[in-house]
Amino acid sequence: MNANPSTVSYLEDKKGIWNWLTTVDHKKIGLMYLVLILGSFLVGGILAMLVRLELISPGEDFYSADTYNRFFTMHGVVMIFLFIIPSIPAALGNFVLPLMVGAKDVAFPRLNLASWYVYVVGLLLAFWALLYGGVDTGWTFYTPYSSEIQGPVAMIGLAVFILGFSSILTGLNFIVTIHKLRLPGITWFNMPLFLWGMYATAIIQILATPVIGITMVLLLFERLSGIGIFDPSMGGDPVLFQHFFWFYSHPAVYIMILPAMAIVSELISTFSHKKIFGYKAIAYSSVAIALISFLVWGHHMFTSGQSRFAAMVFSFLTFGVAIPSAIKVFNWLATLYKGSISLETPMLYGLSFLFLFTIGGLTGLFLGTLAVDVHLHDTYFVVAHFHYVMFGGTVVAFIGGLHYWWPKMVGKMFNETWGKIGAVLVFLGFNFTFMPQFIAGFRGMPRRYYTYGEEFTVYNVLSSLGAFLLGIAFVIVGINLVMSLINGKKASKNPWKSLSLEWETQTPPITENFEVDPVITHGPYDYDKVEVQ
Amino acid sequence: MKTFIDWLMPESASTISPQVDAITYFIFAVSLLFFFIIVVGMIHFVIKYRRQEKLEKTSGVDHNTALEIVWTAIPTVLLVVMFVWGFRVYLDMSIAPKDSLEIKVTGQKWFWTFTYPNGYVSPGELVVPLNQPVKTLISSKDVIHSMFVPAFRIKMDALPNRYTVAWFEATKEGTFPLYCTEYCGTSHSKMLATVKVLPYDQYLKWLDDASSSMDGADPVALGEKIYARNACNTCHSIDGSSMIGPSWRNIWSSSQNLSDGSSVVVDENYIRESILYPQKKIRAGYQGVMPSYQGLLKENEIEGVIAYIKSLEDK
Repeated sequence: MNANPSTVSYLEDKKGIWNWLTTVDHKKIGLMYLVLILGSFLVGGILAMLVRLELISPGEDFYSADTYNRFFTMHGVVMIFLFIIPSIPAALGNFVLPLMVGAKDVAFPRLNLASWYVYVVGLLLAFWALLYGGVDTGWTFYTPYSSEIQGPVAMIGLAVFILGFSSILTGLNFIVTIHKLRLPGITWFNMPLFLWGMYATAIIQILATPVIGITMVLLLFERLSGIGIFDPSMGGDPVLFQHFFWFYSHPAVYIMILPAMAIVSELISTFSHKKIFGYKAIAYSSVAIALISFLVWGHHMFTSGQSRFAAMVFSFLTFGVAIPSAIKVFNWLATLYKGSISLETPMLYGLSFLFLFTIGGLTGLFLGTLAVDVHLHDTYFVVAHFHYVMFGGTVVAFIGGLHYWWPKMVGKMFNETWGKIGAVLVFLGFNFTFMPQFIAGFRGMPRRYYTYGEEFTVYNVLSSLGAFLLGIAFVIVGINLVMSLINGKKASKNPWKSLSLEWETQTPPITENFEVDPVITHGPYDYDKVEVQ
Repeated sequence: MKTFIDWLMPESASTISPQVDAITYFIFAVSLLFFFIIVVGMIHFVIKYRRQEKLEKTSGVDHNTALEIVWTAIPTVLLVVMFVWGFRVYLDMSIAPKDSLEIKVTGQKWFWTFTYPNGYVSPGELVVPLNQPVKTLISSKDVIHSMFVPAFRIKMDALPNRYTVAWFEATKEGTFPLYCTEYCGTSHSKMLATVKVLPYDQYLKWLDDASSSMDGADPVALGEKIYARNACNTCHSIDGSSMIGPSWRNIWSSSQNLSDGSSVVVDENYIRESILYPQKKIRAGYQGVMPSYQGLLKENEIEGVIAYIKSLEDK
């Protein structure tokens, strides 16, 4: 259409499958991540539906206990390692981060492509193991159960090990990009809060991920060579595994939630058309959460027989994470004050996040409190709590961010009415699914149960029905986004009237992102100073 | 009338339960308060500051030191209260009084056994005296399990090669469920037991009867009892249906194929061997997951099981 090569969008520029597979363009790599991540989300979601189907009545209904145990294990493995951890950084972050700092690409474009291939290898291994029968260890792989049982535990362990490297490479790229490639004028405290969130996430990715890698290697050693590390029958210590595992997997919770908080800062400010309240508080609290997150792993082990002193220290530090989280929520709330609030689809997800994350955070207080955790540990209360944080928080923010940047990524607008319907149904379906689980947990229903006592039936029936509603909601969201590719209206340069830099380039951007380096005349949140066209 | 307290938490039946519940309701109240502040504030702002037709510049206010100090300080104080209170009750629940009755709890795929000071092993049922501190010394014979009694608000992992401790003092007569809460494989959700609280004299009588009653009983009745109490019914049916293990119906004196290709006639010796050394001869089509009952069943009890299987033959 346009003969001038400098305005050809990155999607039109150099087509063909080979070009995509060898591209070093962060935008294309982001999209390639997005496709695989959404595919994993679909698989994990179907597994979740199968879990809820079995639990719709107390007895043994549709499949055997062993099959059920594999379903919930693979649901966890796929959702955590293949979907949530890479979702926001690798898909959306890859696309948006260089645009936000005004760079042509990330600092190490080839490394970025390499991280995608590493992810693909991990993904293939994990799905191969799934087809090979899957494992029934739970996504936590607790020893000595995981060192004894039959099944492709080693293969899954290897997949997790490999996926970790993909995560490390992405984190490394982001840290260097944020340090070195910011345009003049984009200072540390004049960059979008999304970047602060990505930066804090990257710190954890680089420092914590090697530990899960080492743990998985040790588990492999033990299974393959019979060297006793965790298995007590060979002289190992099973609780050591739990320490190693949570030393990564607790910070990993923040690898999952910090990027979500980063998106929400953008959504709330843009759709309130208002300067973000407490910029520095939000930025510093991200880093604070990242650092404290390394010191709270023991709160997963209050009933494992660890010393009372250790339990006390971990409980105390756990409450330490609650404060920066609370500060963020208050800051977002204050940003709404005197804003000019528009309730378009991404903002509905932003407000959903605020509601659901508040519940997720507050229910964490019960679990941080030692005496109460003893009762609630390993019950459905914990299941509900982490779904409120991981799903109500991260997934909702991810879907919100996806709608927010969708026009910039594909150049098309989705149908706003269906977008809103999808957002509302996700919100309702989610609460319907997980709210009853809190009560089941308070009343003592243990997690990972294939059958349960009659007294828990009502909560499980509600939860299963809610899960099916949630499934339908995501079908609507998915169809709406796919339809936009086919018959969506052409997106304008800045459909949400944002001041952030990624909206200043054309839609979709050219391969080099900007025709000329933009001159920074205002900050990303200066809605009090600048009229947006 | 059921109060909210009854509705949220399970029945409370130990000295520690009301203390745990008190903190729970404190946190619940604080959480509700903050939840309403945040959600009502959010809805209020969204309605009041809805975007009008024209998009205009908005207020540049981006901090308010007094407000920020308040919203940091108040939660901090409340969190400190939760932490200290939670820790104090946790200390109470983790340090057993000196005069406790000591019972050994053993978790094993997929049943619980409770060993009393006189050596009596009670499978699947923990009988304890009312108003008497009981210290449980917990361990596992295979993978990690976890003992959870909701009515007592206690939970403690059962680890192989190590003892952990939990204690309680029951304040109510009755029976209460005991669950395994650490995932342990196929029948994790069936690894249940009951806790029965009796007045002290009845407890003594129970222990006395239980320790001796197994002698001199009718072998078939004894076998039937063991079938339920030693959790044989988790894996073996008596109606002919196949579960984790083979059914007991109509197997007596039949010839069965083994996983190594040979076959065996089900007689006294085969049943005895299968109870004591379950891995030796595994029926074709089944996994060898059964634990050994050596030391758990007495001689007359093994004979009872044999007699019971004999009786399960359709004439």
